[in-house]
Amino acid sequence: MSTSSAPLTRPAFDRALWLVMPATAFMLLLFVYPFLYGLALSFDPKEGDWLANYKFFFTTDNQWPTIWTTLKLALPATLINIGFALPIAYKMRVKSRYQRWVTTILVVPITLGTVLIAEGMLTYFGPKGWLSQFLQLLHLYDGPIRLTHNYWGVLISLVISGFPFAFLLILSYITGIDPVLARAASTLGAGPKAQFRHIYLPLLAPGLAMCFCLAFVQAYSVFPSAVLLGSPAGPTRVISIAAYEAAFEQYDYSLASAIAMIMGFVQLIIVAAVLSLRNVFYRGPVSGGKG
Amino acid sequence: MATDIAKRPADPNPLFDRVWRGLLLGLMTLFIVNVGLMIAAVVTSSFAKRWLGTWLPDGWTTQWYVEAWKEFQLGSVLMVTVEVVFAVVALALIIGVPAAYTLARRDFVGKRFLMLLFLLPLMVPPITYGIPLATVLYKVQLAGTIWGVILANLIPAAPFVILVMTPFIEQIDPNLESAARVFGAGTGRMFWHVLVPLLGPGILAASLLVLVRTIALFELTFLTAGPDSQTLVVALYYAVFAAGVRAPQSVDAMAMVYMMVTLTWLLIALRFVNPTQLVSRVKEHPQPA
Repeated sequence: MSTSSAPLTRPAFDRALWLVMPATAFMLLLFVYPFLYGLALSFDPKEGDWLANYKFFFTTDNQWPTIWTTLKLALPATLINIGFALPIAYKMRVKSRYQRWVTTILVVPITLGTVLIAEGMLTYFGPKGWLSQFLQLLHLYDGPIRLTHNYWGVLISLVISGFPFAFLLILSYITGIDPVLARAASTLGAGPKAQFRHIYLPLLAPGLAMCFCLAFVQAYSVFPSAVLLGSPAGPTRVISIAAYEAAFEQYDYSLASAIAMIMGFVQLIIVAAVLSLRNVFYRGPVSGGKG
Repeated sequence: MATDIAKRPADPNPLFDRVWRGLLLGLMTLFIVNVGLMIAAVVTSSFAKRWLGTWLPDGWTTQWYVEAWKEFQLGSVLMVTVEVVFAVVALALIIGVPAAYTLARRDFVGKRFLMLLFLLPLMVPPITYGIPLATVLYKVQLAGTIWGVILANLIPAAPFVILVMTPFIEQIDPNLESAARVFGAGTGRMFWHVLVPLLGPGILAASLLVLVRTIALFELTFLTAGPDSQTLVVALYYAVFAAGVRAPQSVDAMAMVYMMVTLTWLLIALRFVNPTQLVSRVKEHPQPA
């Protein structure tokens, strides 16, 4: 029975492979099949030739700019989140009395949920909110604060909801790096900055790239906060709103699938760019330094 | 030379260092204080009788919670949420853990392809596959039912379990498995009696994280849920979106209920899981001497 057609150098069919079958079948059935179905559907428009949906998207004035609108929100939000999370996580890598408390407090905003953030921001940053009252009390700034129902409102809410996730992920990557490496570097005379630049950063590059991608997906598919906190008709009409409107307001599933495909395509371009950028910092085993 | 090495390298630029540390602390405080005040604003509003442009409301009441409970059928929404979330966690573990085991231990043809297959759902925005998935689910008449919601939520949940569990499994010494096999245990018994107990913390971590994520996952539920299968987060969105006639305090009360639900689970999770243990093996970082 072990003399199957496989070459002798390779072991016969490993029964452990059965364990991966249910997950594979599930993904093929519920992820790959709908995806291909959507792709096919997007080339089968209600009217016009097979490219009609894509032509419509790229020639209509309230459709194609949604790509830029989305990127203008998602890229800064992701960069801010990673940019803050990295130094703070780097500080928190050392076990101390505060480590657990600070991490817990920083992670709590994960539980808030978009709607609570939206409601909170509308109340707190609003024209009669605590922030504007406080600023007026101190005579720092008397004019109206415009932080809701525009670009900034959505950006702030993306930072509040995205930062804890980025922080958590980076923290777990950093603590996975063997501290012995940094101590060895310090024995050889490397200061804290050199240690970070030459030991931690290169080992962290794969984790950072992964974290950037995951954080970017979250920010990129922003939907509820763009509706609740932004101005969904104007400056924060993101691509997911366009896709949603096509599917559930115009019931044009073909167009909606086309927009969804464009959305996924743009996302994958960004992911590919980030992953190739990673190689500039680090070449080596992908899981280097984390066991 | 030898004394040079024995000495800790002095910081070449203490001023810069102090400024940097202060800046970090300042930013962290700013973030925490503002988010804290924001939550406090929602809490205050949810207990306020009337709150218009003053520091604190005129009077306090709990009527909004009672109203939110009745008006939004919170009871049944919470019930649906619990059913969906626990079904998703259980199913994700059942299909995710065995797959993670094989991916962590075995090398086989097509492994890279499978890894990609399990990574893609986390890398593609939920709306991208959510819309085609909803169309397919409508065709097989699963959309709008609780099963449709569960299946949709499983798509990111199962790969997430695999991603979190793989490093946990890699930590376990394969000799333990070999020992079990020497004594005649088959794959099933070995799995159940050796791996599952050792993986306890990892499984707990993965399931709690999936739980918190599923409660918060908006898009997929939004696209596939019908009126009877809304989870808390979607019901909350509709409550705000279709506001108008409703008092904002009532929405705030509901948002508080949502936050308490997730917060409870997150705090439970953090009791069992050190947040630093998520993705990779932990080595204790010693205090700098």
